[in-house]
Amino acid sequence: MRWHKLILVALKSIARNKMRSLLTMLGIIIGVASVITMVALGEGSQADIEGQVASLGTNLLMVRPGSVSSGGVSGGAGSRPSLTMDDVARLEKYATQLRWVSAEIRASGQVIAGSNNWSTTIKGVAPNYLSIRNYEMENGSFFTARESKMRAKVAVLGKTVADELFPDQDPVGARLRIRNVPFKVIGVMAEKGQSAMGNDQDDIIFAPDNTVLYRLSNGKTIHDISASAISSETMDAAKEELTALLRSEHRLAATAEDDFVIRDQTEIVAIATRVTGTLTLLLSSIAGVSLLVGGIGIMNIMLVSVTERTREIGIRLAVGARPLDVLAQFLIEAAILSLLGGLIGILSGLSAAWGVGKLLGVSAVVNPTVVLITVLFTGAVGVFFGFYPARKAANLNPIDALRYE
Amino acid sequence: MSAAQIRLSHICKFFSLGEVEVRALDDLSLEIDRGEFVAIMGSSGSGKSTMMNILGCLDTPTSGGYHFDGIAVETLNRRQLADLRNTKIGFVFQGFNLLPRTTALENVGLPLLYDRHRAVADPQARSIEALQRVGLGDRLDHEPNQLSGGQQQRVAIARALVTDPPIILADEPTGNLDSHTTLEVMALFQELNREGLTLVVVTHETEVAEYAGRLIELRDGMLLRDEVNPQPRDAQADLLELQTEKSDALA
Repeated sequence: MRWHKLILVALKSIARNKMRSLLTMLGIIIGVASVITMVALGEGSQADIEGQVASLGTNLLMVRPGSVSSGGVSGGAGSRPSLTMDDVARLEKYATQLRWVSAEIRASGQVIAGSNNWSTTIKGVAPNYLSIRNYEMENGSFFTARESKMRAKVAVLGKTVADELFPDQDPVGARLRIRNVPFKVIGVMAEKGQSAMGNDQDDIIFAPDNTVLYRLSNGKTIHDISASAISSETMDAAKEELTALLRSEHRLAATAEDDFVIRDQTEIVAIATRVTGTLTLLLSSIAGVSLLVGGIGIMNIMLVSVTERTREIGIRLAVGARPLDVLAQFLIEAAILSLLGGLIGILSGLSAAWGVGKLLGVSAVVNPTVVLITVLFTGAVGVFFGFYPARKAANLNPIDALRYE
Repeated sequence: MSAAQIRLSHICKFFSLGEVEVRALDDLSLEIDRGEFVAIMGSSGSGKSTMMNILGCLDTPTSGGYHFDGIAVETLNRRQLADLRNTKIGFVFQGFNLLPRTTALENVGLPLLYDRHRAVADPQARSIEALQRVGLGDRLDHEPNQLSGGQQQRVAIARALVTDPPIILADEPTGNLDSHTTLEVMALFQELNREGLTLVVVTHETEVAEYAGRLIELRDGMLLRDEVNPQPRDAQADLLELQTEKSDALA
């Protein structure tokens, strides 16, 4: 029998038993759709978490002064005022593993603009600080290297500060006084929200490093150095280089301990990795259960139709169908149902993922591998349980197939 | 080799029901020639259906030899058996065995679907012809559950006829039919027989057997009686008579 004839027979058989075909497909549709929805939402939230981790900063390394210990009493981190602008200059000049370097000088004080005033932190940083920390501007611009060099009295406001000091007007271009030093506002940062520790990251003013150092601080010591390694793979190399450069700048003897501490985001990344790992595991189990349920549904409906189909096979064999004809028909039937069901399942899964994602505010990421695996699995279950009983029946004597109960 | 169309030699068929072994056919030998109209009789359990299934190549004997048209059937594989059933044998079942939710036309056309040797030019026309032959030309698009028992049986007969086989095997073809329809079916069989078809009909009704030219009776899987019916009744004549009686009764 020719193939097109067989396909025609299979299509006729599907159309003739609409309810059975529909139920079979329903199993496949639900299996495929639920897995795709679950995994898309899960991978979406995973991507969201990873994005949040990345927003902390790009391959961030933070250098802090070391601790002073005198007479056995340690002063704690930062108690030794060891970092200076010379360190930053040296890193900028010689470091090969660092993309960006910025000093951080913190000062605090009362800020006055017109009739409003607000107490906040002023941070002196380099112009490339935006890149190091993945910060974004909402309005205006960040200061330039020239403004840093000139110790220009320009300020970039965090969102909270901007709202407190300039509730009704655009702060860009306005003037304010920080500890009685007049500054001009040149920009407003995009909202950053609370930090992991619960601090308001928007309650801050950024100003050029030299401006803060010489006009608001003691003109000598800086609090931190933030640096960005070239890539996450070269973090260790960057750390080593940073240590070597700072040690030589500080003229430490080979036996002396570091008078600074370098911290990176290893810990945060490790936590994030653990979280996403757990999430992946959770998702895989949900997907597995969905697939199993879908598979059992397909299996049930396929096995239920066996009695009737065994008689049908008996009839076909009795009028002269070769066992292979019967098998081919059933294989084609099962394949068509699985394909059709898989297709509908993909479409409904995608729309469900999209809809639920919109509803919950989670992004949905569709992984083609998962779609492929799901469709292949449900297809295989459908074909197996549609085909295997048919194979058994086709190998019976026609009279036994006809008598099958 | 004789010209016999069917030759059974020492056929045995045993079933085991738990510990008990049932001998459905016990060393049965017989020959049926081309063009014969044979009625096979016997009480229930005499092995007549089992014999029929073996004749129709639907079942295989436990031992013994079966020659069909000179071919040793036991040497054929499943594929060759299927082709033999398709082209050489028309089988009419007691329980009709039609595909459900499938029109009469499609049911009748089913064997043609699997006929790969003599590609029939127009299977559709051929199926319609077969249905007209059994008087169902106006029921082409009816499904089995829309047809009466007699009509379903006639669809089954049309399905057996559609491949134009040299022999028709019918297992209790009139078992579920009223006397009028029974006569119609027998008349059709006699007409086919006159055209040269070999007919083997299993029945437990003596009056049905009277239309056949040869009577075989089985008991306990063995041949009890095998005799020629010198004067078979004419089903067409009986049918006319029945109709006349009916109209007389009405008048």
